[in-house]
Formats: sequence, structure tokens, C-alpha cells
Amino acid sequence: MTDASLSPAAAPRAGLIATDARTRKRNAAEKRFRAYGICAIGVGLLFLVFLFTSILRSGLPAFTQTVIDIEFTVTQEQFDTAEGKMLKTKEYEKLFIAALEGQLQERGLEVAFDGKAIQRLVGKPGGTIRSYLQANPDRLGAPISFELAAASRVDGYLNGRITRDSLVDSRFLQASDLDLIDALQQADIIKGAFNWNFITGTDSGVDNPGGAGLGASVIGSFFMMLVVLFLSLPIGVAASIYLEEFAPKNRWTDLIEVNISNLAAVPSIVFGILGLAVFIQFAGLPQSAPLVGGLVLTLMTLPTIIISTRASLAAVPPSIRDAALGVGASKMQSVFHHVLPLAMPGILTGTIIGLAQALGETAPLLLIGMVGFVAREYPEGFLSGFTDANSAMPAQIYTWASRADPGFYEKAWGGIIILLLFLITMNAIAVVLRRRFERRW
Amino acid sequence: MSFVKLTTSALAISAVAATAAMARDQVQIAGSSTVLPYASIVAEAFGENFDFPTPVVESGGSSSGLKRFCEGVGENTIDIANASRQIRDKEIKACADAGVTDIIEVRIGYDGIVFASQTNGPAYDAFEASDIFNALGAKVLVDGAIVDNPHKQWADFNGDLPAADIVAFIPGTKHGTREVFEDKVLLKGCEDTGAMAAMIEAGMSEDDAEDACIDVRQDGVSVDIDGDYTETLARIDANPNGIGIFGLAFYENNTDKLKVATMGGVSPSTETISTGEYPVSRPLFFYMKKAHIGVIPGLKEFASFFVADEIAGGEGPLAEYGLVADPELGATQAAVEAEATIGGGS
Repeated sequence: MTDASLSPAAAPRAGLIATDARTRKRNAAEKRFRAYGICAIGVGLLFLVFLFTSILRSGLPAFTQTVIDIEFTVTQEQFDTAEGKMLKTKEYEKLFIAALEGQLQERGLEVAFDGKAIQRLVGKPGGTIRSYLQANPDRLGAPISFELAAASRVDGYLNGRITRDSLVDSRFLQASDLDLIDALQQADIIKGAFNWNFITGTDSGVDNPGGAGLGASVIGSFFMMLVVLFLSLPIGVAASIYLEEFAPKNRWTDLIEVNISNLAAVPSIVFGILGLAVFIQFAGLPQSAPLVGGLVLTLMTLPTIIISTRASLAAVPPSIRDAALGVGASKMQSVFHHVLPLAMPGILTGTIIGLAQALGETAPLLLIGMVGFVAREYPEGFLSGFTDANSAMPAQIYTWASRADPGFYEKAWGGIIILLLFLITMNAIAVVLRRRFERRW
Repeated sequence: MSFVKLTTSALAISAVAATAAMARDQVQIAGSSTVLPYASIVAEAFGENFDFPTPVVESGGSSSGLKRFCEGVGENTIDIANASRQIRDKEIKACADAGVTDIIEVRIGYDGIVFASQTNGPAYDAFEASDIFNALGAKVLVDGAIVDNPHKQWADFNGDLPAADIVAFIPGTKHGTREVFEDKVLLKGCEDTGAMAAMIEAGMSEDDAEDACIDVRQDGVSVDIDGDYTETLARIDANPNGIGIFGLAFYENNTDKLKVATMGGVSPSTETISTGEYPVSRPLFFYMKKAHIGVIPGLKEFASFFVADEIAGGEGPLAEYGLVADPELGATQAAVEAEATIGGGS
């Protein structure tokens, strides 16, 4: 021990006010460490801000839509002719285009245009017109006011995705059409409107981004979550109560425990393959059905729920159990009357987090046929909601992102906003439950 | 006790749901992601114009679609498989083994395969099949000898092409597009450059030489894209030197981001493809189970609707989206009407 710094003579005595070199060094290290921490948080926040701004910037246009606001009459005769054709919607589209052309000529717009140009501007109005007329046959022969979605390129021009400079003439849109759009906007025939259809509608064909909506796949996700909730909560809670409270501690329960933890780490696509093999090919359940999706996601959610339930059961102090047993309750009574109610907030939080995770899952759905043009109709009733082919929110977003028309890309981002809203709500509920009912001992 | 009750009721609900599911009333389709857009357009129009429910169209790729198609007959199997290539004998046999014997083949039209790059990237304006082969083949002919592909830049083998690094994003092997790319571009380029003749001379059998011709180099210059064209587009967006392979319809939807190269001096368009001038095109098909007609409501109506002049014809919505109409559509319509199956007869 001849180290100079250790000898009391060499170390200058520092007072309470003056600091010596080593103290300064230690303080500096601490300051640096705090700075690293702030940097880390800052980088995280920066990513978050970047993520949110890019999501909002790309996604918000999906919530507005350019509509063509026009009043026109369909006569009984026109209706009968159209219904006699095979492609009825095309006939209504022609009627609509003719009406629009007529009105433009009446107003005397200064821009030259032809039927083809108008054809490029309108979206796919035929289906909407037909379903309206079928629902209201009494309106035939009277002027009906329609607000119909314009083509996605018109949308793109008005919200700045397509500019005059970047536009390359194609059969979808030509430079001369932009003047026509401007003129129509001046005449108040084309205007922006909130896109309710995006929230309530169903998926549409790839040539009709204006008609695409997330509604049907929200319903698909809802039915899947019902299946997940009603299967994974009881099974998960029952399994964890047994493992935590009743099961003997031996090699078998250890093995089960290890396997449950492993299961939680299995990639979700594996559950999709399992679902395809077991539920569809072996059990013969229908393809693309939310029931199968729910079953697959149940498998995926179970470990999460079991682990969180066991943790919250273990957090209930033994004194509660001892007291219950002490006043003569049976083991089961002590669990169900005392331990379980106290562990409930933790269990619910775990369940909601598990559900939120399942809600955002796409990979397993790929394999059971929920990706593609699937969410094209609302289910007819409650039971068929489980079995009718449907998509789910993340799967729908994935589908939209892979379509050629840039209009769908926008819809995909819009879908992400809606999905995030659901996830934030679910996580908020979990936080509130925890705050409100959590007990500390 | 309540948990036991809950579990039983949940199981009961699923059991009820499962029995209710037995009667499927909508047409179920799966397969090629190239045909998917067209099928979804037709499916939507079918739902809007008929009283049948809108068919379900799933994605996945030609091979996986046909695999599912051949799983058997019954309501738990798909009715129609979309394919961007013709069904293989192997697959017909697999189908037959599983009891799917009467298959109706329907050709819906043609699709062009184009080579496109970033609008402000190097001037990749004109390619020949031999250029693509020289750039991407695993073994090429240099100075009379077959060697591992040494080319780093396009200008290395063709002075007319830009001196830019070769980077190509080509469809992965599960895509039907890959097969067309191999047959109509790589193999042709192999023959044109004389590499094939040199390989045969070096003692390879003709089959082996063909296999060697369609081998794509593995040194990272050529990237297999297993996803769809959006992924290729994203890769091109990030890489100015990149060349990507797209379907004509996809390119036409994204002309603001992509510029297309001519192939053999012909620029791709619906006209040049329908006349056969543009060399890289392929027919698109769907395959239907005859056994499902009359069992699944609307199946035959859907097939007839798909190939009707109003839909798949030159003025129809499919052509509007980018499908090249089949000049022999009339024959296809008649075949669907007669329910003619592969291997003859109705």
C-alpha cells in the first residue's frame, strides 16, 4: 500500500465548500450520465414525433375526399334499360357523366373538355347510384342530388400529391384535366368533404380507391377480439389459478411453466401456420373467418395473459390467504373470494394489453386467408359475423399498402391512424383500471 | 364456478358458429398477386351488379394458390385459383390425387412485364434481352469463354448503356412473373449472346444449358423481391441505379415515379403487347373447379361475368386498369359456357 494517493499526507483535505479533483471527477461523471439519459429520451421522443408527424401527414388526407356534387334525374325508362344490361353500374356511370357534361355546358365553362376527360375525373359512381335507386325506387323521374367521390387522381391534385410539374400524361389523368378541375372547383361542383365512407365503408376494387372504407374490417377485428376475449380470459385465468395456487411444485409444473414462457416468445406467423393446419384443414372451419382468426390470436394471447395473471396472483400477500384459511374458508373459497378479486386489476390490465397486441397482429392472418379483397361486405347477423369471410384492420392496411394506385397508399396511412386510436384507447383503459383499482400492501 | 360456465358457453358459441359455417354462399378465390387486382375489380362489380354476395379474393402467389386449389373438393377449399402462368402437369396430377379432376382453365387476358427505373436515375431507356442476361446471368460469355459474371456496370458490356452500377430487383421464385422473366428474357438473352451455344459446346446437355442460362447471379447485384410490386417500387425509390421488374398496369399507375425502358426497341403498352410486338408478356389465367358449379351459388355466373366483353373486353374496366385484352376472348367465353375442362370434353 504505497500508493501515493492513498496516503493521507498527499491528499489535500477538502472542505465542505471547496471540492477536490476526485469529487469533481465523480460529479462530472454523474452529470455526463444524466446527459446521456436525457439524450436517450430525446432520441426516443424525436423518433416518436417523426413517426406521428409522418403518420398524420400521410394519413389525414384519407379522411377527406373530393366529391362531385350534382343533381340529376334518372327516368323510369333509363332505369329499366340499365337494369336490363349485364354491367348495370356502367350504365349509371354513363348517365352520371352525361348529366355532368350537360350541366357544364349549361354553365358555359371556359375550359374545353370532352366526355373522356370527365370520365377520368369521376370515380366509380355506378354502384352508389344503383344501390340508391334500388333502395328508393320512388325517386325515379325526380331530380336527385348526389355527392359522389371523384377519381383518386383528382383527390391527389387537390391535396397536393400530384402537382402540375410532376404530372405525366396518362390515361388516368392529363395535364389539360387540371384546368377542368380548377374550373369545376370554382363552379363549386367539385369540393372537399369529410370522407365518412372511409370510416363506415367496405373495401373496394383496386380501381376505386375513393370507395374504400375500413368499416367492415373494424367489424372483423371486433369479432376476432370477442373470440379472443371469451376464450383466452377464462382459459388463461383458470390455468394460472391452478398453476399458482393449487398445482404441486414438481418437475411437470416446472416444465409447463418453462413452455408457457417459451410460447410467449414464439413468432406470431407460427401460430398462423398452426391455425391453417389445425382449424381450417383439420377441423374444417371456414377460411378467412374471424372465428379462425380469433382462435389463432387466442393461442397467441394466452401466454401473455397467463404470465400477467400469475404475476398479479403472486403479488397478493400470503397473509390474505392465511387469514381466509384461518377463519375456516376452503382453499377454493380463499382463492375465489379473496385472492382473485384482489388480483383482478392486474389480470384485466394484462388481458387488455394482450388484446391490444392481438388487434395489431397481421402475420398469422396472412395464412388463414384474411388478406386480399376480403372485407367487401358487412356480415348479415351476429353469428355470421364470426363465420363470414372478413378481414381485420391491420390486414386491411397491409392490403391497401400493396395496391398500385397511390390513392390506396393514403388510405393505408389513414387506416393506421384509426388502428392507433383503438390501441391508444385500449391502453388508456388499462392504465385507468390499474390506477383506480390497484392495491398496494 | 363462473369460469367453467364461461368456458362452456364460449365453446358452445364457437360450436354453433362452426355448424352455421357449413353452407358457404360466396365464391372463394386465391392465388396470384398479379391477377388479384383484376379479380378484385371483377368481384366488386359482380357484387354491385348481381344479387350474389361479393366473392372473396385472397392474395398469395400463383403457386400457393394452385396448391390450395388442389387440396380437394368441398366447401372448405377454394373455388378458383388465379395464376399468372399456366398450370403445370405436376399440379394437375396433385389435383387429381386429391380428387380435383375437372378443372376449367380460363384465360382472362395478357399482362406486360416492364423494366422500369427512377424517373431521375440514369438513362436506362433501351434494353435488349442480351443486356439483361449479361447483367444478371450467373455465367456469361466473355471473350469466347463462359465465366462467372464479372460485370459491375451496364457500360461494361454495352457502351450504349449508362456507366452505372448494376442493381436489379426481380420477382422471387414464388411469383409467376419470375418464370416469364426467365423464359422470355434470360433464356433469350442467353441464346442471343451465344452463351447457350458455348455451354453446349463445352459439353453440357441442352437441358442443363437451359437451366444454367436462367440461373441468376448470387453476388447481391440481383435482389429477389418476394413481396409485391410496391416493395420493388420502394427499393427503386431508395436506389437511383436500380432497375425493377413491374407489371404494365402497376407501372402505368405510377408514371410519376417510374420511367420505363424499351425492350428490343419496342416500348410497352397495351397496343404493342396485344399485337405481340413487345416481347415480354404472358397470359393470365384462373382455374375453376367444375365440381363446385351448382354447389357454390354464383360461381359460374362469376366466371362468365369475368370474361364478358363488358368486363375483360378492350373497353372494359380491366383494360382500363392495364390488362391487355385477349383477342380470342370469344373462344374463352364459349369454353366457360360449355364448362370445358382441361384434358378435353365438358
